[in-house]
This record gives sequence, structure tokens and C-alpha cells, in this order.
Amino acid sequence: MHELSIAMGIVEAATEEAQRRGVQVSAVHLRLGALSGVVKDALLFSYEVACEDTPLAGSKLIVEDVPVVILCPKCKDNKTLISLQSFTCPDCGTPTMNIVRGRELEVFALEVEDEEVAK
Amino acid sequence: MTEPRLVEVRRNVLKQNDVIARALREEFQAAGVFVVSLVSSPGSGKTTFLEKILTQLQPQHRVAALVGDLATENDAVRLARSKAPVKQITTGTLCHLEAAMVQNALQGWELNQLDYLFIENVGNLVCPSSYDLGESLRLVLMSVTEGEDKPLKYPTIFNSSDVAVITKNELAAAVEFDWEAARKSIESVRPGMQIFRLSAKTGEGMQAFTDFLAQRLAEHRAVAHT
Repeated sequence: MHELSIAMGIVEAATEEAQRRGVQVSAVHLRLGALSGVVKDALLFSYEVACEDTPLAGSKLIVEDVPVVILCPKCKDNKTLISLQSFTCPDCGTPTMNIVRGRELEVFALEVEDEEVAK
Repeated sequence: MTEPRLVEVRRNVLKQNDVIARALREEFQAAGVFVVSLVSSPGSGKTTFLEKILTQLQPQHRVAALVGDLATENDAVRLARSKAPVKQITTGTLCHLEAAMVQNALQGWELNQLDYLFIENVGNLVCPSSYDLGESLRLVLMSVTEGEDKPLKYPTIFNSSDVAVITKNELAAAVEFDWEAARKSIESVRPGMQIFRLSAKTGEGMQAFTDFLAQRLAEHRAVAHT
């Protein structure tokens, strides 16, 4: 299980961004790709642990699941994969490794309150 | 009191690892060393396979290996029997290698004195998939005793790997290994993946694999010189 080190990375990144802006974080929005290799439930659990004794203690982690999107070479269009067990176009069945999305592991937004107000 | 507001930040959580991995990849390319990482579940035969590969390559090629393990140095001791330079990375409780560990372990090594560097990851089919180590080729190994549907159970690691190696082929008949089913499982999660089926114990299929490595090394160096 590597979710704890991932969670610590999230806390570190969010803390830096918050300090740079002089704000307090109430929630962290994360984009999590289906191919990121990270298990959501384990990450949510680890996040609380990783936040302890940091400026982010008590904040929430909000995960947006990103499905795998492939570019089908035959349909010439982006298609959302139905299952990780089958890297084929859901419409025409062509196998492909043209992965457009699905590897994300990205802090994309913070819910913040200005520090003066929060105090 | 003001309402909480949303600010966009867009930070890749693994950026630190990716930056180091990119620097390593550039360093490997400049030194002309072809770097192969190995991932598999525990007990699939990574170390035996690697020991044989190191031994077979050595008359003609300069090889070295880094080996990740949670607690012991047993694997490094086994690999050292090949007479190749081997360094252990003991990860403690960490279930995977990260680029920084590879970078630290390589300090003091003259990479331009090497043709191949092998990095044996910790036996684990989940965690290593997230971490780029700067390798040129990621091998995923599975043994015939593990079941033909292993790739379907761990699609992410198979999908993120470049080549599959089926090990312990000498046991295939005993465990009634269904080669076609295994091939289909791999093709399903990683279309077009090249698959080698071999036995490190009997040597069957090993030559085809080392030939493949030699070809990839030549291509790697051709790119470096253009």
C-alpha cells in the first residue's frame, strides 16, 4: 500500500500552494485517474492520517474519478473505456494503447478561506 | 465571514518523482546505458531470471543491477553470484522503488562503463506502477503457476509495462498452464504487448530474450547518436 506516501505528497503540495497564497484550506480537490495505480478508499483513509499536525488538519479530500479515455484509431475519436480489463474501443472493438486520459494524480483545486477571515 | 472559494492549482502529486525520473532518463541516454526495470508479484522468479540474464550477457556486455527489497539482502547476494556489480536498495516498509532511491543508489557509479542496468523492483503488482524510475523498458513478469488471469486482476501494472515475460515454463505442463488464455489476458489489458515465454531454470527461451535486449540496446544507442 503506497497510498500513505501519495497522501503525504498531496498534503505537501496543497500546503505549499496554500502558503504561497496566504490562505487556509478546507478541502483539496484531486483528480484520480483509473490508471494511476492508487486505490481511492485507501487514499481517503490515508489522507486523514497524513493531515495530522499539518496546516491541513481537518480538511477534506474530494476525489474526482477520471476514467480512461482512449483515442480509437478507427473511429478517430476519443472514447471512454468501459473496463480496465479490455483496452478496446467500446463502439467498434478496435484494441488500442492510445491513452488520452486516465493516469491523472493531480491536485487541481483548493477550497480556501482567507487567513484573516479564518482566524 | 466570507464563503469558502475555490482556487485552481493543478499540481501533479508525483511531480517530484517524475522530475528525478526524467533527469535519470537523460543521464542514462547520455551514458549509452539501456535500463530495464522488473516488476512482478513476490515469488514469480524475478531474481532467478535476472541472475541468469546477468550471467548470460556478461561475456560480451557490461552489466549491473540494483535490487529493491523490503528487508533482506538475500536477492543481492544471489545476484552477486553472477559476478556483476549489484547494489541492494532496502526499502524498509516501502512497497515500491522511487526515482530518488535509484538516483541515490547510483551515486559513484560510472554509468558510461555499462551496457545494461537492471532495476529489480520490490515484489508487488500494485504500487510500482505509479512510479517512473527513468527506465527505458519495464518488464512485467508472471510465472505459469500464478494463473492465466493475473493480467486481468492487475491491469494497471501490465498496462504500464512494455514487455511481458512468462517464467517457470518448465512447470507449465504440471500446472496445466493455458498459454492461449494467458496471451489473451495480456493482449486485453495491453494491446500489442510483446510476450516472452521462458524458463530461467532450463534456459529455454532465454536466448530469444537476450537477443531482444541486444536489439533494443542498439536502437537506444542509435537514437542517442542522432
